[in-house]
Amino acid sequence: MRLFDLFRRKPKSEQDIAAQRLRLVLAHDRANISPGMLEVLKDEIISVISKHMEIDSENVVVSFTEDNRETRLMADIPVQSARGRRAAEE
Amino acid sequence: MAGKIITVSSGKGGVGKTTSTANLGISLAMLGHRVACIDADIGLRNLDVMMGLENRIVYDLINYIEGRCRLKQALVRDKRFPDLFLMPAAQTRDKNSISVEDMTRVATETAELFDFVLIDSPAGIEHGFRYAVNPADLVLIVTNPEVTAVRDADRVIGLLEAEDWAPAKLVINRFKPELVRRNEMLDADTVVDLLAIDLVGIIPEDEKILSASNRGQPVALDERSPAGLAFRDTARRLTGEDVPIEVHKKQSFFQRLFGTG
Repeated sequence: MRLFDLFRRKPKSEQDIAAQRLRLVLAHDRANISPGMLEVLKDEIISVISKHMEIDSENVVVSFTEDNRETRLMADIPVQSARGRRAAEE
Repeated sequence: MAGKIITVSSGKGGVGKTTSTANLGISLAMLGHRVACIDADIGLRNLDVMMGLENRIVYDLINYIEGRCRLKQALVRDKRFPDLFLMPAAQTRDKNSISVEDMTRVATETAELFDFVLIDSPAGIEHGFRYAVNPADLVLIVTNPEVTAVRDADRVIGLLEAEDWAPAKLVINRFKPELVRRNEMLDADTVVDLLAIDLVGIIPEDEKILSASNRGQPVALDERSPAGLAFRDTARRLTGEDVPIEVHKKQSFFQRLFGTG
């Protein structure tokens, strides 16, 4: 369905917009954290992790996943590998 | 055996709680069950008007709680079904006039006399909601396919779970199949998926609902009303009957032509 929409280059339907907004609102409601506080949390996670390893802080994504009314906070933190760093330094 | 106590709730106001209570009450009575509908919206009673029984009220819920009448005196018999009754809310009092314990006692005593007791909950998640859901064996959450209504439904479901109240089931009201077909309205699957509770009915938007409340003749009595049929089907599901739910998927030209699917 989604792929099909892509091919047709159709703008996002109102149904999709509603579903997307609803999903986000429910995640924040259920976890009792506002979008703004989530940003603060993300910055704190970045600073804590950065103390111990080098990460690509630009591309950290903190988001919620929902499964059967169970909310999970997911942090996707790209780690900069030592090898990649050496390559960049050379 | 005591009857089943079902509270109709929603969080958000105006989604069709009272309409659903009246129609499910009538539908259950049409199936031959003994039914009592309790209007728990103290101070803002409307179930009497919806059921067309406003002229028959003598006593109300508060009168009974305060010992001014007997239980049966506070139950107004329906004009159409001898085994359908309404316990009206008091109009000139407020919700603090009754406690959670009061409401639980009234509902439990009423359930001794009936197969089903439907409680029309006030909107909101405050005291009125709490006393309405406390006695329930099942809470029917009425929502509309709109972001605001579903969000409030989620809040109510969360409270029911957190405080270990009765299990909840979902009724999606004011559903517009045509808008869903055009991808302009949330579809039932998305709503059910997000709320993660069982669906017991989808009630299509129906102009006859207005005329029904004008006349005090709920649509469930109307053989030709799509909403009426949906309420009657929902009532059958509440009795445990296996009635497939029409999900209003996209229809083909032929399906539309022959009115199937």
